[in-house]
Amino acid sequence: MTTITMPQLGETVTEGTVAQWLKRVGESVEKYEPFVEVSTDKVNAEVPSPVSGVIREVLVKEGETVATGTPIAIIDDVSSGTAPIEQASPAATKAEANRMAGDEPVPGFAPVPSAPPRSNGQPAVAAPSAPLDETLRTASPAVRRLAREHNVDIRAVKGTGNAGRVTARDVTTAAAAGPAIATGPARPAPSGTSTYGEPIPGTTIPFTQARRIIAQRMVESKQTAPHAWSTVEVDVTNLWRWREREKAHFERETGYKLTLLPFFIRAVVQALQAFPLVNARFTPEGIQVLKEINIGIAIGLPANLIVPVVKGADRLTIKALGVAAGELIDKARRNKLGVDDLAGGTFTVNNTGANGSVLSAPIINGGQAAIVTMEAIVKRPVVRGDDAIAIRHMMNSCLSIDHRVLDGYSASGFLAELKRRLESMGPDGAL
Amino acid sequence: MAVTSSEMTASSQVMNNVEAVRATLYEAMKNDERTIILGEDVGARGNVFLITKDFIDEFGAERVIDTPIAEASIVGIAVGMAMEGLRPIAEIQFADFIYPSFNQIVGEAAKTRYRSNGEYTCPLVIRTPYGGGVRGALSHSVCVEALFYHVPGLKIVAPAFPADVKGLLNAAIDDPDPVMFLEHKKTYRLIKGEVPNGHYTIPIGKANLLKEGTQLSVVSYGLYVHWALEAAKSLEDEGMSVEVIDLRSIRPMDKSAILASVEKTRKLLIIHEDNKFGGIGAEISAMVAEEALFHLDAPIRRLCGPDVPAMGYAQPLEEAFMSSPAQMADAMREMVRF
Repeated sequence: MTTITMPQLGETVTEGTVAQWLKRVGESVEKYEPFVEVSTDKVNAEVPSPVSGVIREVLVKEGETVATGTPIAIIDDVSSGTAPIEQASPAATKAEANRMAGDEPVPGFAPVPSAPPRSNGQPAVAAPSAPLDETLRTASPAVRRLAREHNVDIRAVKGTGNAGRVTARDVTTAAAAGPAIATGPARPAPSGTSTYGEPIPGTTIPFTQARRIIAQRMVESKQTAPHAWSTVEVDVTNLWRWREREKAHFERETGYKLTLLPFFIRAVVQALQAFPLVNARFTPEGIQVLKEINIGIAIGLPANLIVPVVKGADRLTIKALGVAAGELIDKARRNKLGVDDLAGGTFTVNNTGANGSVLSAPIINGGQAAIVTMEAIVKRPVVRGDDAIAIRHMMNSCLSIDHRVLDGYSASGFLAELKRRLESMGPDGAL
Repeated sequence: MAVTSSEMTASSQVMNNVEAVRATLYEAMKNDERTIILGEDVGARGNVFLITKDFIDEFGAERVIDTPIAEASIVGIAVGMAMEGLRPIAEIQFADFIYPSFNQIVGEAAKTRYRSNGEYTCPLVIRTPYGGGVRGALSHSVCVEALFYHVPGLKIVAPAFPADVKGLLNAAIDDPDPVMFLEHKKTYRLIKGEVPNGHYTIPIGKANLLKEGTQLSVVSYGLYVHWALEAAKSLEDEGMSVEVIDLRSIRPMDKSAILASVEKTRKLLIIHEDNKFGGIGAEISAMVAEEALFHLDAPIRRLCGPDVPAMGYAQPLEEAFMSSPAQMADAMREMVRF
């Protein structure tokens, strides 16, 4: 007998609705054959059966919404040869299902009715075998997390730890060994384990909340703000040298690497102060020119794009900007950014050059008037003022503007000011 | 090509920990006239471990000050010196005697910057030998780090190797705020190593990954780093791969180094000589439980000194207090097998 629970269709999804039962009670179902259609606020999916068998009972009516992990059906597993057990009354089964749904779910493992009945007089249920209990009791947080991530049924894993405990390494070994073990019945992933970070050809990646929001914001921005683009070429040779000179000391003092980003932000802030219209937003009432200068920094992660905000950037020195940006980048990589870290941006800087790009046409971060990129710095021969040819560190900086807010005049002015500021930085100075 | 070895000897020399302290203090006295050393017996006697031997002849009694046996005054005077622009290095002869100066360290030095809204800082170094294993009995064996690590505004370092002694002592002297510099006295002459010549610093707050491993992370500091390393190496013969991290700095603590290691090995053993209850290991455990719970594949374990008032003089009592390399290896073995 296998209990099927409501799958989690997306990282932030907490509940799902049974849209339609594709199989009725008494009908047989093949392993991997879709037997129920589930909808959430993010996605609709047909859920494949983890086993071959006969639908014994459905616990959730069509149209009913239940929390993920709640048992929704029971399938008599034909392949395992389990003898049919005594029929529980539908009411009792439902009660039991509800009780189980309230228990802490063990990832990669269908809830087994092993806990004693609660004081509300619900019927006690036969306890499963002791080793099974032990496997679950000794499952460490890491084992539980890895089982969930790799969709591994820890009951099927041979434990190599003390007294046969299933260790974290046992789970990863089992996951690497292939699908024989890595198909836990509790989590019939509708599209394999394909994720944005590790896409598998031939699968559909269910939306994560982050990906859905990114998609929505990009479409909104591109559809509402008429974008226009402009690019300047900046000689950052002196800035480069300045950073080279300061970086060892900065890292020793602050623990963060000194990238070019804080210098860029400082120059952007100065250019925004000279052209306040660029630090503005389009509203139905008019162009709102903003007092605060809060600089969003676009950070690309394997699975998504995130734009934490350096608040009050106009009040920070390059050193303080370096620390603030360092903290945000560190938090982003550790997935520790909070709502406060992401809110309130008035302008965005995207350091696209870190990935080698030399030209981009970025989409404006929703609600802002413009976004600027700092492209890759490349050494090039440059004809200088006195017609001499010199090898210089050159960088493109690309600006996208919301043409409702800004015209070419102020956009060019802003870029020219940005270029002037960047070119006047270094090779000496105090951070 | 054959000159490498002579270059090596020219750019570094082998010292023990006590020589590293002495050499670093000497350079600090030589390089900066604001540097003052004060403490009991630091002058004519040249410190009980001869760390400042002959300093008084070279730098004079105004910069190498023999104080009365009055620890509150040693630190209190040093706080005043630091606030007014000198660079005092106060010595508490043994950490066991630091208690009278607690108010000056915690109530004054640690709070100077905050209380004056940054107008004053307290660039003070408090050096003190600590730790047991030398038959030092009740008043020459104590670990004091946990008494101070609760206090924001204090930095605490406890290096284990001569090169770290020099780099961290230089960093402590350069630091604009008070730093407690803890020297494990059993390592003083026991531990030798290459020490680079010339002035260099090691950032306060950065741990050192001494040995990479995949099955268990061991975090320690001071004398026990050496024993933990010995134990971890001995387990290699049994096919066990244990990672060893030398904290070097107790506060600020290198959280990211600990977390990165635990996320890799999924198991954490903290070993320190100081008492277990409320010790440094308690803070590390709490931090890892808060930030890396779902990476843990075993309960965090602490191998620490027992909760008894002091280390006894009798050899069996001292041995009962200290954790041996064999006990460390046992704990590591159990955790790897868990």
